[in-house]
This record gives sequence, structure tokens and C-alpha cells, in this order.
Amino acid sequence: MSMTQTLNIPMSTSGSTVKTHINKQPAAQAQGEVKLSASDVRVFYGQSEALHGVSLDIVKNEVVAFIGPSGCGKSTFLRSFNRMNDTVAGARVTGKITVDGRDIYDPSVDVVLLRAQVGMVFQKPNPFPKSIYDNVAYGAKLHGLASSKSEMDEIVESSLRRAGLWEEVKDRLEAPGTGLSGGQQQRLCIARAVAVSPDVILMDEPCSALDPIATGIIEELITELKKNYTIVIVTHNMQQAARVSDRTAFFHLGDLIEIGETAQIFTNPTQKRTEDYITGRYG
Amino acid sequence: MNNFTVAIALLVLAALAYQMGLVRGRGVASLAGPRATHSRPGYHGALAILRAALPAFAIYVLWVIFGNQIVHTLVLGTIPIEFLPQDAMQQKVLLQRLANIATGFGVLGEAQPYEMAAADAMRHYQGLGQVLVAALMATVAALGLFWSWRTTTAETRARNKVERAINIALIFCSAVAILTTVGIVMSMLGESLRFFQMISPSDFFFGTVWNPRFATTGAEGQSGFGMLPLMGGTLLISFIAMLVAIPVGLMTAIYMAEYASNRVRSLVKPVVEVLAGIPTIVYGFFALVTVGPLLSALGAGIGLDIRATSALTAGVVMGIMIIPFISSLSDDIITQVPKTMRDGSLALGGTKSETIVKVVLPAALPGIVGAILLALSRAIGETMIVVLAAGNSPVLTANPFEAVSTVTVSIVNQLTGDQDFASAQSLVAFALGLTLFVMTLILNVIALVIVRKYREQYE
Repeated sequence: MSMTQTLNIPMSTSGSTVKTHINKQPAAQAQGEVKLSASDVRVFYGQSEALHGVSLDIVKNEVVAFIGPSGCGKSTFLRSFNRMNDTVAGARVTGKITVDGRDIYDPSVDVVLLRAQVGMVFQKPNPFPKSIYDNVAYGAKLHGLASSKSEMDEIVESSLRRAGLWEEVKDRLEAPGTGLSGGQQQRLCIARAVAVSPDVILMDEPCSALDPIATGIIEELITELKKNYTIVIVTHNMQQAARVSDRTAFFHLGDLIEIGETAQIFTNPTQKRTEDYITGRYG
Repeated sequence: MNNFTVAIALLVLAALAYQMGLVRGRGVASLAGPRATHSRPGYHGALAILRAALPAFAIYVLWVIFGNQIVHTLVLGTIPIEFLPQDAMQQKVLLQRLANIATGFGVLGEAQPYEMAAADAMRHYQGLGQVLVAALMATVAALGLFWSWRTTTAETRARNKVERAINIALIFCSAVAILTTVGIVMSMLGESLRFFQMISPSDFFFGTVWNPRFATTGAEGQSGFGMLPLMGGTLLISFIAMLVAIPVGLMTAIYMAEYASNRVRSLVKPVVEVLAGIPTIVYGFFALVTVGPLLSALGAGIGLDIRATSALTAGVVMGIMIIPFISSLSDDIITQVPKTMRDGSLALGGTKSETIVKVVLPAALPGIVGAILLALSRAIGETMIVVLAAGNSPVLTANPFEAVSTVTVSIVNQLTGDQDFASAQSLVAFALGLTLFVMTLILNVIALVIVRKYREQYE
């Protein structure tokens, strides 16, 4: 898969400037098929603007990491890709976000189908108070993906295999999902997201509640999942971003400061603020 | 030395002890410096109270409990053997008579010389006892103060001791509730056993006829004490009440927790909770005057013969009464289900209602079950609505349109008016009460078990 950077351009912090830059970059320049595209995305919570016009493209089967200090808007931005900001009272999104070229904030888009296509894994593992089997089958049942019990069994097994959890839980599928360890719970949540066969998986700091060993397992899993999915991951852990991602985007105070190939961002950032953050001078 | 003066004296003593402890605490603190002092002066003050006032108070309590008995024993000892009644009951009467003479209250008939002497002895012992107790209290308090003053050093762990005293006081307070429950059970158990000596338990628990004649008719009828019709009525009415309250209450809770805006919620919730504050007697005549005739008319409209005072009327009104129990508790529980749980479902493409039905409600289930069982025990024990609206007709029927009677109503009936508390007709009330108590107890235990089982699974 292509690791070519698509948008490694110096950008000013002003949203409108970013927009102009991005709009001048035809999508065709990105190597590979553009999966997600954002242009001039602003998110408001009530009166305050949390995200000041962010534009970027994400191509198919790449892993993009969003890094930046707390409160920089990276999670907010991530959550606008599957319209999870809709669930926050008073949140408003402007600008344009497309998935496979389709504007997801268009009134004709059904958010239920969008979320089936763009799955999400949260910061804290949040398995439902149900059995392991039912946790994985939950989304598939909602969307009617299986017409028989055996089909559902297959979906559950393949999803758990993809999440690298099958061997550990195959003998206790009826045990409650909440009884697993933190790392296993998070992989269960990944399996749950995978079960509705999405194209994109959004991960909001998926390892921040896990110990180093569980984190390592999840990171390996992300590299594995890349073959089939486009992954966007928000992380506070810069080593993690460096390990798992193809490209890295640095956010600061609601602006996208820089996006580029991960190796380049960590070794030779074009922006002073990126360098300061990566070298630990602030953030 | 009455209770009031003792209370004042103890309060003064406590204030004095606190001041002394405080002064002493400050003294050692200023010598050793605040870092090297274990406890703040206030704790030394509190400890001084515990050491001085508490033992004095304990002595007084002991005197109140056992003082009379000691005096009575001593007085009875002074009475010449030929006048001393052997029967405990008669001794009690005599002592009461002596007490009346002693206080100058006056007695029937001429007081005998030996009685006058005994009354004098009683006065004497009582006075002596009071002086002794007062002296003992003063000594103990003084010793406590002295001890406190002498032993206070910078290292004294007054804080830990006071904390332990608080701990013990809290345990004591919680024990009050438990002991009360035990006391209630014991008193009911005693009377119930007396009842079961007259009427066999199988007649009571499995009899289908409830028709206890009044004690005044004299006939000790062995039949007519079957509680099944009452139990049937209670269960029928509770069932109808839950049929009304569970759906309405749960939907109200779901609406308030998931759909209502904050403004609507802050308005609706208190209004619903007002329902819980309405006196049940008011619900009673609401049922009698409004709901009963309404249901009756509605029934007539569709060709059903519904009596104005029926199980249905009482059940519906009782259901309305317990709506807030279910809605308010469930609302709190549903609100406590973490947002991450909802997000998880929504992010998988679940709609709001799917999320509520498949994720939020199952997660909240233990709490909801608890709320429902709480409401159910409330319904089973409810009396006033049923007295007015159920028709008071103890027949065994499953027809909700008929008048029925309940356990609680029968207790009221058996205990109101002139009653001979030795007759089966009155004692049956205790057996009924005990049965009711055991039922609600079992419900609560079931609720606990369910909640615990699900908690293990879900958390």
C-alpha cells in the first residue's frame, strides 16, 4: 500500500489559509484512493469554536495518527467522521466531510448506515453488559447482516479472529464481556466494530487505559487490520504514533499544524510548533 | 433530681470538660510545638467530654433502668412477712399503693401501719439512692476530668480515640433500626403464637373462608380464619397496581432520562414526585369518588359489570400512587449508565431506541428490578386506598371487577373498636401482620439477590 504523503505542505494556523492550500491540491495527487476527506471543518460547542477549519485527505488502507496536546481538537475532529458529535448537546459541525466522495453531513445521509461504514473504538473499553458473543453480534444484528444462527456464528468468529481474541475466548463465548481484562475488552470492542464490516475504523486513544503489554498487542493488531481497513487513530503517545501510523497529523489549539509522513514528522518537521511538541518542549 | 436537671448538669459538665481539655491541649501544644503535637486541642476537649460526661451519663442511665427495682426489692424486704403477698402481680399492686402513699397521691381505704412504714422506707431509699447516684456521678466525672488533665501530653492520641468513639456512636445508631425490626418481629411473633394456639396454622394459611365473628358474640368459632381470600385480594390488587405502575413509570423514566431536555426534566421530575407525597387517604377518596364511578361507567359502556368499589379501582389508583417510586428511582439509575455505553452502541449504528432497549435498559436492569420490588412491597402494605376503594368483601376471586378485601384492611377491621386482646379475633391481626411482614421481607431478599447477581455480571 502506498505510504506516500499526500498533504505535506506548510500551513499557517489560520483555517482559511489551510482551506485555500488544500483546495489547490487536487485529490488525484494523493496516491491511492481517497477514503475520507475533510475541508474547512469547524466544530462549535455552543458559542465556542473548538476546531478552526481543518482540511485533510486520508487514503484507503493507510493508518493516520492524530497527535497533539490535550484539548487541541483531535478527538473532536475524529468524532466528526462518524457524526458522533451529533450526540453532544450544542455541538455543531460546518464545512464538508466526505466518505468515498459522499458528503456525510448531507441530509440524505442516514447516520445509522454511516456508522456501519465508519466504526469507532473508544478511549475506555466499553463492552456492553452482555456475553462476549452478544457483544460482537450486537452491531451485526442491528444491521441484519446474518440471516441464520450459523452465519452469525461465522461473523462472530471471524471478527474475534481479526481482533486477535478468538483463541483466548473461544471456550467462553457466553461469559460476560465485562469479565475480560482491560486489553481483552478493548480487543472485544475492536471485534465488535469489525463485525459490522466497516471500511474505516476510528480509534480514540484506544490504548490510554491499557498497560504496556496490552498496548503492544493492540498496536500489532492495528498493523494487521491495516490490510482491510482505513484507520484513524488519536493518541497521546508519540512513540505509538511513530510505531503504527503511515502518516501523522499534529493538531494544536484547534488547528491542524502539519500533516506528513510519520518518519518525516518525527525527524524533520517543517513547523516549529511540531518540533517543539515532539521534542517535549511543550504539550 | 429529675431528668431535666440531670440533662442540664451533664451539658454543663460537658462544656466544662471540653474547655478544660481545650486549655490543656493548647498548653501541651504550645510547649511541644504544633508539629510535635499529635492531636489538635479540640480533640483533647472532645476526649475530656468522653472521659468525664459519658461515664456519668452511663451511671444515670443505669440508675433509671435498675434504680426502681433495687428500691422495690429493699422496700419489700421491710414489709413483715405476714403481710407480704406471694403473687408477683399482687406485689406490683402493693408497690403501686406504697408509691401513692409515699408521694402523697392518696389511696383507697385507710393505709395500714405497715404500709405507712413501708412507704416511709420507700421515700427514704429513693432519696438515698438519688443522693448516692448524684455523688457517684460527680465523683466519676471529677475522676475523669482529673485523669484527662493528668494524662494529656503532646503524644496523647486524642484524635484516634475520638474517631473511635464516633465510630461506636454510629454503629449504635444503626443498631437502633435493626433492634427495632427485631423488636417488632418479636412482639408480632409472641401474639401470633398465642393465636396459633387457638387456631391451627393450616386453617389459617389454607382456609378459604374469612369470617371471624366478633369476640362479643362469644362463640369461639374455629372456622372463618382462612387468610387465602385476603392474600388473594392483596395479590390481585398489587398485580393490577404493578400492571399500571411498571409500564407508565418505566416509560416516564426513559423519557426523562433519555429524551427530555434538561429544562423539561427539571420541571417534570418534581411534579411526578409530588404524586408520592399525596397522603394515601386522599388517593382513597379520589378512588372512591372519581375513579370508581368512572371505571364503572366505562365498563357499562362496553358491557362489563364493574363495581365502583372493586379490586380494579383500588389497583389502578394504587398503581398511580407508586408510579413515582418506579419512575424516579429508575430515572436515577438510567442516568447513571455511563455515556460510553451509549456511545458504543450509537457508534455501531444503533438508533436511539435500539440503544435504550438493548444496552441502557439491560445495564440498568438490576436497579430497575430493585425499584419495582420496592414499589411492590409498598403496594402490598398499602392500606388506606384499599379500605376505601376495594369494597371490603373477603371473597376468594380472581375477577378484578369484584369487590375484594386485603390483609391490611382486615387488620384494620380486627383491631378497630372495642377489642379483647386475648381473643382469636384480635390476635389474628398479629398473625396477618407477621405474614405480611414475611412476604415483604422475602421480596426484599429476592431484590437483593437479583441486584447482586446482575452486579457481578455487569460491573
